Amino acid sequence: MDNAILPVALKILVAGGFGVGKTTLVGSVSEIRPLRTEEYLTDESVGVDDLSGVEHKHTTTVAMDFGRITISEHLVLYLFGTPGQDRFWFVWDELASGAIGAIVLADTRRLADCFPSVDYFERRGTPFIVAVNCFDGARRYEPEQVQHALDLDPGIPVVLCDARTRESSKQALIALLEHVMAASTVAG
Amino acid sequence: MGEPEESLWLDEQAGPVVRPYAMTAGRTRPTRGEFDLIALVVATRAVTGAEPGLSPEHVEIMGLCRRPLSVAEIAAHLDLPIGIVRVLLGDLLDRELILARAPALVTDQPSERVFKAVINGLRAL
Repeated sequence: MDNAILPVALKILVAGGFGVGKTTLVGSVSEIRPLRTEEYLTDESVGVDDLSGVEHKHTTTVAMDFGRITISEHLVLYLFGTPGQDRFWFVWDELASGAIGAIVLADTRRLADCFPSVDYFERRGTPFIVAVNCFDGARRYEPEQVQHALDLDPGIPVVLCDARTRESSKQALIALLEHVMAASTVAG
Repeated sequence: MGEPEESLWLDEQAGPVVRPYAMTAGRTRPTRGEFDLIALVVATRAVTGAEPGLSPEHVEIMGLCRRPLSVAEIAAHLDLPIGIVRVLLGDLLDRELILARAPALVTDQPSERVFKAVINGLRAL
């Protein structure tokens, strides 16, 4: 391993329910068009994953969309959208391992869709924030109302964002990093 | 009367499984290296054409990795599953054709200096 010529890679996850804008957020800040990579469900993973309902499928692939932000010649940030929430936990474990934190995207019209993500990161102890993706036509809620509705620990930041815009997605990432930094200062 | 169609192992959906693992001679694990999704890989020298023991996919990886790329990016560009790409990367590591750098471990969280660098980098985007 030659550390001199290779930068350090960091990973942030973008989670949330189906259609909440995970890939949109990744795409709005990524310097590359979001890429898609696939993993096959192998025999090893079948044992630990709940495949009820998909037994008849011989091949199951799990797709992950991701993007990249080059911070400097020494630092590269990768953003991974997490695949389908209620299945494929083994992929989540691989993704979450080594991640510095996660953004859970929420849609106030379907707030319950982000519960599994919130539960997962709470259980795992992965630092996260909730970003409410403000869809056109959706009623606006205050972050405090969302925090209460999700029964979040008061220390978990809730921010409003528009995943389509780079500036807004950037601010959500910065909010996450500040949260992680504050949490690690307290812990350390 | 024959098997119901659903239980046939070899259907059109099975195709992609057979071919990629044939590419690795049936191996599902790399001989060397862990190759995290965001491990960064760079070629140690130029490999432009066929070399003994290298498949077209190996050569393609060598071409992609003239600049550092993550394992996930290599898989996406090759349009191959991560598991296959890990095996191919293990072969290249065996031949010392690539260097790989594992991501920063989060068990020792990146330092405050790293976080500040990332935040400043994001602000500057």
